[in-house]
Amino acid sequence: MTTETHATPQPPPPVRKDLSDPSDPPAKAPSVRPRSTAYLLTGGLLAALFLITLVSAGYGAYDIPLGEVVSSAQHRLGLGGARLDRVGESVLWNVRLPRVVLALLVGASLGCAGALMQGVFGNPLAEPGIIGISAGAAVGAVASIALGLSFFGNWTITVCAFAAGLGTVTLVYTLSRSGGRTEVVTLILTGIAVNAFAGALIGLFIFFADNAQITQITFWQLGSLSQATWPKVLAVLPCTVLGLLIAPCYARKLDLLALGERPARHLGVDVERLRIVLILIVALLTAAAVAVAGVISFVGLLVPHLLRMVNGPGHRFLVPGSALGGALVLAVADLAARTVAEPAELPLGVLTALFGSPFFFWLLRRTRRRQGGWA
Amino acid sequence: MRTLFGIRGRALPEPPPPGAVLARARGVHVRLGGRAVLTGIDLIARSGEVLALVGPNGAGKSTLFGALAADLPADRGSVEIAGRPAGDWSAAELALRRAVLPQTAALSFPFPVTEVVRMGRAPWAGTAREDEDDTAVAEAMAATETADFAGRPFSALSGGERARVALARVLAQRTSLLLLDEPTAALDLRHQELVLTVCRERAAAGDAVVVVLHDLGLAAAYADRVAVLDAGRIAVEGPPAEVFTDELLSRVYRQPVEVFPHPRSGAPVVLPRRGDVRKA
Repeated sequence: MTTETHATPQPPPPVRKDLSDPSDPPAKAPSVRPRSTAYLLTGGLLAALFLITLVSAGYGAYDIPLGEVVSSAQHRLGLGGARLDRVGESVLWNVRLPRVVLALLVGASLGCAGALMQGVFGNPLAEPGIIGISAGAAVGAVASIALGLSFFGNWTITVCAFAAGLGTVTLVYTLSRSGGRTEVVTLILTGIAVNAFAGALIGLFIFFADNAQITQITFWQLGSLSQATWPKVLAVLPCTVLGLLIAPCYARKLDLLALGERPARHLGVDVERLRIVLILIVALLTAAAVAVAGVISFVGLLVPHLLRMVNGPGHRFLVPGSALGGALVLAVADLAARTVAEPAELPLGVLTALFGSPFFFWLLRRTRRRQGGWA
Repeated sequence: MRTLFGIRGRALPEPPPPGAVLARARGVHVRLGGRAVLTGIDLIARSGEVLALVGPNGAGKSTLFGALAADLPADRGSVEIAGRPAGDWSAAELALRRAVLPQTAALSFPFPVTEVVRMGRAPWAGTAREDEDDTAVAEAMAATETADFAGRPFSALSGGERARVALARVLAQRTSLLLLDEPTAALDLRHQELVLTVCRERAAAGDAVVVVLHDLGLAAAYADRVAVLDAGRIAVEGPPAEVFTDELLSRVYRQPVEVFPHPRSGAPVVLPRRGDVRKA
């Protein structure tokens, strides 16, 4: 049995040889959750997104019937259809659609960033808003408004938000980890500290800003998409698209990371590299969202959670699925924000926090109960 | 897609010839927190045999294990895996050659058991041996008796069940070097025997198995060689029948111990020397 020269002890009789007898035809590994759930969900989300886009485009202070929206879109695509009248055409293409597209982009960014962040931290309560990444990015954005920076033209706010967001996420990550793990309490407390510090910085910038800038900052801070224009869409599009394209490539490795850092490394994952890339993507996506829409919290928490409940924690669906789900949630929320109190408009960030915070509270309670108190 | 961008062409490790050295520590020194935890460790794990690391608490078993798994860098000396210094392999290459079972099995998200075991196949994704995935997973789950709760979430399992699922994941990786840190710690009698039987089968199939054990009886019964650690050094190393003596174990464990051959099999049995404890 071995090439050892010394005597080997008698191997004891096997316990149950039949267990792994290689002559046994191996049973097919039972597959747990049929793949079809993921396909069904994806299909459902896409259909819902398409529908909400159409409804949002038509519904509002100036109503455009659904049929006319479709017909105008057909016309623009050169597939027949007909132009609307001048006002309708302008409302649809210069006011409504950029806003809907922006809502979709911001929502997709937030949902995807939430899923990635929970995977990297190995903690289901991580979310850009809660742990202060959004606030950090907001500091960058506010600074660029208050200081009147314009070195990157249209992209200035996005670039500043990205730089500040990247700094914040790196800081939070280093501060909240010990021994390769992130405890819930440490994470949340770090979030409180970071949020407070970011709030103070924003306050300072507002203190030194002039009145026009203050108005701009305040409006932006509440989280709103009402200033949506095509140039704004263009300002976030590269960040969002880049982030959303790269993120799913790391889904498998995120699954392995759930085992812990060392086991993931034992399974061939270059953990350091994975961490750096994912933190960059999270900063990119968060910055994109914050730069145009201010701080919109809880979307990144709520969406991945609901999807995990339906389809399990596998990141191959969760990462792209959260992008779709986030887009859907934000498009619906924005539609509600601009229609429930017509003609006034609710701030979007207020609306998501209104629904998100109780959910967060419930989640905290549940996590605590499962762990039997905070570790 | 996978065949196009994948690594099907990458050199896969050949099955090792019997007796090949799959892991070797040469003069390994490790300091942790300013304290010398390991001093001058020399150890070899060969294909076809089960090597047990035993020793009292704090003797350096887990540190040595960490050094062999390339988790801890050696301050002096070197650790070689499959003939190359551990640091020269990339994580992905290393994952094709050795599998590691950590002492505690944790999981941040409630993946179902089958998916956890399937994670062991991740290193082979995109290689020619990807085709074995289903068989490897099914066999590993059968060998560890985890197939019964294949569909349950990992978080809903008991400690012993989790430990077996973690072992199944490591077995499914199908590497020729297995490093197991206390695989029997959370297990009942039957499953302790089961796990070590699996170790023996893997050794018989040509793999090298390095296993940290607390139970000297299990080490004596199942290991080809044992290394007894004492205060960061290897006190003695060899076949259990030769190295397990009353004198040595009593000294290392600071507890009177008696070793005697089992009346039927002749394998060494290790017991603490006790009087009639209830009389005293």
